Amino acid sequence: MILDQILQVGFFAAAVRLAVPLVLGALGEVFAERAGVLNLGIEGIMLLAAMVGFTAAYFSGSLWLGVLAAAATGLVMGLVMALLCVVLGLDQTVVGIGVTMTASGLAYFSYRLIFGDGSIPPSVQPFPTVPIPGLSAIPFLGPVLFNQFALTYIAFLLVPLASWFLFRTPAGLALRTVGENPYAAASAGIDVGWTRTRALMISGTLVGLAGAYLNLAAFSSFSFGIVSGRGWICLALVVLGRWNPWSCVGAALLFGAVDALQLRLQTSGAIDVPYQLLLMLPYVATLIAMTLSARNAHAPAALMKPFRSEDR
Amino acid sequence: MLRLSFERRDETSVVRNLMLPVVAVAASLVLCSGLILLAGTNPILAYWTIVKSAFGGKIPITETLAKASPMVLTGLAAAVAFRVRFWNIGAEGQLLVGAMLAAFIGARSELPAASLIPLMLVAGAGGGALAAMLPAFMKTRLKVDDVVSTLMLNFIILYAMMALLSGPWKDTTTGWPDSPDILGAAEFPNLWRGTRLHLGVLVGALAAVATWLLVRWTTLGFAIDAVGENARAAHHAGLDVQRVTLSAAAISGALAGLAGVGEVGGIQYQVMGSISPGYGYSGLVVAMLARLNPLGVVPAAIFLAAITAGADEMSRQTGVPVFLADVIQGVTLLTMLIALIFASHRLRIGWRAGRRAS
Amino acid sequence: MGGNTRAGRHLEPPVADSVSFSVPGEHGLILAANVPLLEMAGIEKRFGDVLANRAVDLKLHAGEVLGLLGENGAGKTTLMNILFGFYRADAGRISIRGKQAVIASPADAIAHGIGMVHQHAHVVDRHSVAENLLVGWPGQGLRLDHGLVASRLGEIGAAYGLVLDPARKVASLSVGEKQRLEIVKALFRGARILILDEPTSVLTPLQAEGLFKAIRAMIADGVGVIFISHKLNQVRAITSRVMVMRRGAVVAALPNEGSLTNARLAELMCGHELKPVRREAVSVGPIRIEARGLVLQRHGQGAGPSPAIELAIRGGEILGLAGVSGNGQVQLAEALAGVRPAPRGTLLVDGMPVPRPSPRSLQGLGLAYIPEDRLGAGLVAGLPLEASMVLPRIHMAPFSHSGIVDRRAIRAFAQRQIEAYSIRPSSPGIATGLFSGGNQQKAIVARELAFEPRILIIAQPTRGLDVSASELVHREIMKLRSKGCAILLISDDLDEILQLSDRIAVLYESAIVHEATADAIDAAAIGLAMTSGTIAARSSAPARLEVQPC
Repeated sequence: MILDQILQVGFFAAAVRLAVPLVLGALGEVFAERAGVLNLGIEGIMLLAAMVGFTAAYFSGSLWLGVLAAAATGLVMGLVMALLCVVLGLDQTVVGIGVTMTASGLAYFSYRLIFGDGSIPPSVQPFPTVPIPGLSAIPFLGPVLFNQFALTYIAFLLVPLASWFLFRTPAGLALRTVGENPYAAASAGIDVGWTRTRALMISGTLVGLAGAYLNLAAFSSFSFGIVSGRGWICLALVVLGRWNPWSCVGAALLFGAVDALQLRLQTSGAIDVPYQLLLMLPYVATLIAMTLSARNAHAPAALMKPFRSEDR
Repeated sequence: MLRLSFERRDETSVVRNLMLPVVAVAASLVLCSGLILLAGTNPILAYWTIVKSAFGGKIPITETLAKASPMVLTGLAAAVAFRVRFWNIGAEGQLLVGAMLAAFIGARSELPAASLIPLMLVAGAGGGALAAMLPAFMKTRLKVDDVVSTLMLNFIILYAMMALLSGPWKDTTTGWPDSPDILGAAEFPNLWRGTRLHLGVLVGALAAVATWLLVRWTTLGFAIDAVGENARAAHHAGLDVQRVTLSAAAISGALAGLAGVGEVGGIQYQVMGSISPGYGYSGLVVAMLARLNPLGVVPAAIFLAAITAGADEMSRQTGVPVFLADVIQGVTLLTMLIALIFASHRLRIGWRAGRRAS
Repeated sequence: MGGNTRAGRHLEPPVADSVSFSVPGEHGLILAANVPLLEMAGIEKRFGDVLANRAVDLKLHAGEVLGLLGENGAGKTTLMNILFGFYRADAGRISIRGKQAVIASPADAIAHGIGMVHQHAHVVDRHSVAENLLVGWPGQGLRLDHGLVASRLGEIGAAYGLVLDPARKVASLSVGEKQRLEIVKALFRGARILILDEPTSVLTPLQAEGLFKAIRAMIADGVGVIFISHKLNQVRAITSRVMVMRRGAVVAALPNEGSLTNARLAELMCGHELKPVRREAVSVGPIRIEARGLVLQRHGQGAGPSPAIELAIRGGEILGLAGVSGNGQVQLAEALAGVRPAPRGTLLVDGMPVPRPSPRSLQGLGLAYIPEDRLGAGLVAGLPLEASMVLPRIHMAPFSHSGIVDRRAIRAFAQRQIEAYSIRPSSPGIATGLFSGGNQQKAIVARELAFEPRILIIAQPTRGLDVSASELVHREIMKLRSKGCAILLISDDLDEILQLSDRIAVLYESAIVHEATADAIDAAAIGLAMTSGTIAARSSAPARLEVQPC
């Protein structure tokens, strides 16, 4: 009976749809961690970007302006992370928690300031799905992969781009080197701080896009629980995906499927448990996945190690 | 290009150390006054309203203290865990475990009335301890990242609690997702008639002293610091790193669990979805402000409690969104972190000559 | 002192008929003989209250090897870090081929043709050789230029005999190959000034000879080399001039002529003559610690289990464990100390097997272990020195009573030991990490020797220490020996081993391949065993080290 629920085109399409913010967030996290900085602010940055993107879209009437605003918010927050973790070299765990608290607080504060405390939340007309002519007609694969939001296509196109950048370009090599051995990078003439800063800017921008997707494609209004741990889950996906963009996408799709499954089970009433237990599923899955993949030794060697050239 | 570099200070000054949190808080309040201005209010007025509504009279003061007590406990929980470098971000979940167990035991009429409160405290502390030892065990044995695992457990425990409240514990008469009320004998006695200054506040204060004694005067406290600062050297010196870490995690979780017991026994007399407005996360800020010193946790918790308690009234009077309190918490955590680096390092600012032409 | 270039130039011996001109630019190959390739003048650098470099002048000509000598902390590394742009000098100037150069970052240094080879190779293990060479290479656009790597590697290999496979992952390279990569990296960037910071400390003598061959080829090509080393024989073998630093200043700059001796150089480095510790006859007692069939954990590719190690040390005896670092010394020490018990084998103390070796159980049997990684494995940088000094015994009286710490007893103990070992600064409350390396080593020795251990395992006891601190540590080791302690001395410094040991064992690839008693030392055989594992002397593998009564 449960299998019937799963093996439907709609389920797979939903899995892909729910995976998109995780794909974007995990890609963002890969950039930061490959450069040696843990972007633990991801949860708050995603929320703040979602809020700003929604507001921009609401007032301008342009969804794409909203996307741009969310990405810009992410970029600015990436710079804030860089100031704290790279320039000042502060503890990346505590910074991440502080940035998440601050960014979430800011998101709530400004949303309330702008939209007040009305009982009907303001909403926008979200992105429509864009069927790709021809491809969307393919049975099964068409509706699953080629009848999605424009942002979804962008997210999945970013994966090969990120992989190419990280592993095939000089700038990507520099980024990976500062994450593995900043001393080697510095003695090769690379500006470690600036390279890490750029990585965090990319990271923040991608996380910002994830926020935009949540508000402008997946849902049509902003709510305080819109991120609810998706940022944290991205951290686990990166470990699971061994810091490789392609594997991270695989992990994200798996989690999209778990999320889609729990939603299906909730709405279908196929099994009789409180829906909260189903909501719990993605977090339980994350915990289990972390336990299974924890021992792998693929983490960038200089992850979470601040670099100060002249510190004695 | 601007270049900053840090030089380690060889000396540390007592005055500078004591001033750090004050400077951090001041910087945070100045930064956040920008938001108040955005909201169209005079920051001084807003802050004054917070101070007045947090400390202006017997009821406000005791309400602030009652709000501070769970923050003292979660702050201590974070302080003990961070000392051993166990990143317990899970005080929120451990608090909920304590609250659930307290509500469960507090409603048992088959138990002797006099045993209810002690049993609630013991069970809440024990449950919180177990909830913290699981991720600590996963960290020491399986090398699972503790930040993510404790965060995930927060969500898992929260949803488990919500399932309980909308399932077996559902109030059949009102239909609200609230647990049954605890018995009268399980309600914490008041320390001051006419206020909500309950036994839990005393528990928080005693816990602060006890944790200070533990950290400063016991071999376990010594071992916790040694393992936290250098686990490898501690192992070489013969300390059992895993046992020390698990002990610290247990103490940390127990303290957070007690915070939940206090909320159920002293304030709410039942469990509902909003039992904790993020006390677990506030505890992280409290611990950092206190520089992980258990005695410093008390003033730090009172400060944050005053901000959160006063923000409600401030919001009602001035229209500044109540979430200002959340921003202040986050910014204070960051300014404190920045203040710490300036306490141990001297900043050198220089300009780098132009980059290579090619 | 010679604060500017012009003054410095006048100090040069006048060369007849030479016209003083220089060709500016990157490829100024035609140089007047008296224009140095590199000149550093009046370099000053302060760290907090410490003057790490004071008025340092340095000159390097094309085609010469300049030896840079000095004890740890003398300021050599600081000077080189300034030259390579890691640090900025507080005062002084740098000229390259007579033209003043501003070096604010390693990128600037590289652009000026300066290359630096660090003691511990600054390479990325997970990347390929080609990626390590290409990182930071300017002007590549969007593609990594693998073709360039192939052609330049071929050229460098042909010119200097430094051959590397660009596709290999660095993790699979040997220590020597990693260092070759580091040198190739510098040459790849067109380095004409090459800084070699203790390049031979990780190399076997044979590998070092290969390096020297490459250096000779480079100087014939007009490269200038600065060679930093503690190994005086090598310095005398490869350099044309020697500069000695002490406490941040240059104390001597001499040509390397036949009259230059190791003793003279050592004296210049330390400021006084060396008085070696004397080993007096001591009657040896019964076997204190014994390992039977000990098999060490080896890591790295294709590393099988090591051959079984058998060793025994008697009371009043020092067993010196010689070997090139990385041959299992740390694993053996940690197995004996219970830190990381060996997967197989038996450990006996006083003839009784230790059932479950752990640091604490062996401490209880009177064993003290001083690891080579002082700040990583011995002390706790973030805690006060007094806390670091009682760490192994915090659970015992007088430092604690039934779980309650006695802070006064801790302070009293720390103060007593600080005084006895003249640890500076003499405040037990200061964070351990703020003490100098020498004082940290004194602190850990003071900690471990305070309770008269019956067995001592001490690794690299004088690494990074100045002469007087080294003497102090050696004296303490000797004192313990005369009190009947069984001592395992592990050191990379063969001279230290020869000086102190009653017996010497050589560890090669986690096996004891050679052993000798002090009265029958064959230094050549030891050297051969260290570098090739060949058993030249009488023993056969696995060597059973029998104790020879004195």
